[in-house]
Amino acid sequence: MFKWLHPFAKPETVYHLCGRFYPWLISAGILLLLLGNIWGLAFTPPDYQQGDSYRIIHIHVPSAIMSMGTYSAMAIAAFIALVWQVKVAQWSVLAIAPVGAIYTAIALITGMAWGKPMWGTWWVWDARLTSELILLFLYLGVIALSGAFTDRQTGAKAASLLAIVGVINLPVIHFSVEWWNTLHQGASITKFAKPSIDPSMLWPLLISILAFKVIMLALVCLRLRTAILLNEQHRPWVKAMAKGQ
Amino acid sequence: MVVLVSFIQRELRLLARQKADWLNPLLFFVIVLSLFPLGVGPEANLLRIMAPGIVWIAALLSVLLAAERLFKDDYRNGVIEQLVAARQPLLSFVLAKLLTNWLSTGLPLVLLSPVVALLLNIETAGFVAMLLTLLLGTPLLSLLSVMGAALTVSADKGGILLALLILPLYIPLLIFASAAMEAAAMNMPYHGQLAIMLAMLLFAMALIPMAVISALKLNVS
Amino acid sequence: MRPIFIIVDSQSVVITPQPFPVNPGQLILQGTALSCIRQDRVLFEQLNVSVQAGELVQIAGKNGAGKSSLLRILAGLAQPDDGQLGYQQHSLSDVAAEYAANLCYIGHQSGIHEQLTALENISFWRAASEVDQADDFALLAKLGLAGLEDIPCRMLSAGQQRRVSLARLWFTRRQLWILDEPFTALDQSAINMLQQHFVEHLQQGGAIVITTHQALSVSFPHQTTLELAYRW
Repeated sequence: MFKWLHPFAKPETVYHLCGRFYPWLISAGILLLLLGNIWGLAFTPPDYQQGDSYRIIHIHVPSAIMSMGTYSAMAIAAFIALVWQVKVAQWSVLAIAPVGAIYTAIALITGMAWGKPMWGTWWVWDARLTSELILLFLYLGVIALSGAFTDRQTGAKAASLLAIVGVINLPVIHFSVEWWNTLHQGASITKFAKPSIDPSMLWPLLISILAFKVIMLALVCLRLRTAILLNEQHRPWVKAMAKGQ
Repeated sequence: MVVLVSFIQRELRLLARQKADWLNPLLFFVIVLSLFPLGVGPEANLLRIMAPGIVWIAALLSVLLAAERLFKDDYRNGVIEQLVAARQPLLSFVLAKLLTNWLSTGLPLVLLSPVVALLLNIETAGFVAMLLTLLLGTPLLSLLSVMGAALTVSADKGGILLALLILPLYIPLLIFASAAMEAAAMNMPYHGQLAIMLAMLLFAMALIPMAVISALKLNVS
Repeated sequence: MRPIFIIVDSQSVVITPQPFPVNPGQLILQGTALSCIRQDRVLFEQLNVSVQAGELVQIAGKNGAGKSSLLRILAGLAQPDDGQLGYQQHSLSDVAAEYAANLCYIGHQSGIHEQLTALENISFWRAASEVDQADDFALLAKLGLAGLEDIPCRMLSAGQQRRVSLARLWFTRRQLWILDEPFTALDQSAINMLQQHFVEHLQQGGAIVITTHQALSVSFPHQTTLELAYRW
């Protein structure tokens, strides 16, 4: 069934493919990021309620969205790694995890910075911030587990399994945290939960989200290339390539 | 079935011979509980408010501690490796481990709950809720901890790593269990929370044995 | 095909393996162009190995040459970094369950729990192999462990523990045995007894893969030695 995909599971092919995509992805990502952020920071009107401080959404929202998107990408790679025993997919899990963790950390830090003018304090046990914090814990668990074994491959497989368990748990965690939040805090915090956004603010935001996505792909390509070289260093094709240069 | 019974017998024998493995976590549970009043002050009202959180955090830490060594011996002496190689009944092996783990760590916590209620000034309604949440929640704690123990069985670093992986997964259980106890303390109905805990338990019972098996397999390959 | 076994009377003293419905000389396990990389070191490359019914394959080589890694690959525990494994003309991954049902693997570790007695360990492996319970006292006596049945295995010597571990070979009914250093810590009489048992198993159409440093004292009718060179 997956015959036509099979060549793409070969480390050598993936290595060259990633090498070809990386320059395009990284330059497109940086361009989009500049475009979205400059437009969003300088050329959109201030919010009638929050003034200029809302502009942090151009970093906060993309990183928050991509922190979850990256986790699902990691879980898909993990599923392929465990079910079809594809080594490249195992390495992808480890390539994706730190990128996702950084995005989650960015979302947390910008969320806190946004909270300071809004709520008057750096940290509020808001449902979304709490979920994001737990997501960071899940990422760190995957990273810690992958590094805990003498055998790299065992580490990668264990991390893959944990990523799958995590993605099954994530909705449960998310909804229970939301429920817990309404139980304890009432509606006071959710005042800004679903702000309707003006199209003039929406476009730069969408561009920034796309930029974060493209940069994520670029970083994963780069990390995956390194991982392939590290794990395949004794293969003839790597040796031949090293001699050729 | 015969295999399962004989594996359970083996695990029970091992528990009888290695009492420290399950007595120490229980002792840990009681000590942690008695540290809280020393830390926040012995005021009865304050303790009653904090009781759900205290009980559940102490319970999940002690179950986690007990699970850590669950597969270590059988990994070191090659039992798991040889079971995996010959495709011998790994499911029975895992089910026997799960069942005896709960019998030796979860069930004693349920039995200890009157003592806990005394220590933390929990009234009758709250006590019944605590008993019910422990009864429904500790099997889930066992399942998650056993999965963590299986994942890290061949890891170089044990205990802290296990906690790091598994504690975030406990969060839904912690939320609903302590919410049920809080509701009970305020004389409100809490069967909704119990129903959700039961649902989570059934869900975990369906999936986690498979996850444990694949975790053991990948640790010996 | 899975061998068809005759149901053995649970009261019988020591169960001997039943004949396997295979032709002598039939190819059981075949590995072609296997290679294995561990911790960034190439242990072996382009290695061919085949095991036939009635054959004993001895894998020799220095410490660290990759003997145990090869055994783990042959036992299906580890994946080769390159190459194919075949079982009875099929790719091993297609018939993994059948292969495992015909396999008895005893690795470098003994597979016995130190807190359990010899009897309890044997009864665990009987249950795991889904073999009926039988008179284990006679089996232990045959292995020279009479009087030690009820002592936790941690009190036994290394050689005695090894005997408890190998007791499985007297009741298992699997065709292919893969044994990692089975003679370690055994005294000469136990080594002779084990080799005699090997001969019986091979005569019944079984096959054995072992690693050992020692020269075998019994001459087997069909024996192959595979020497693994230590590579840097």
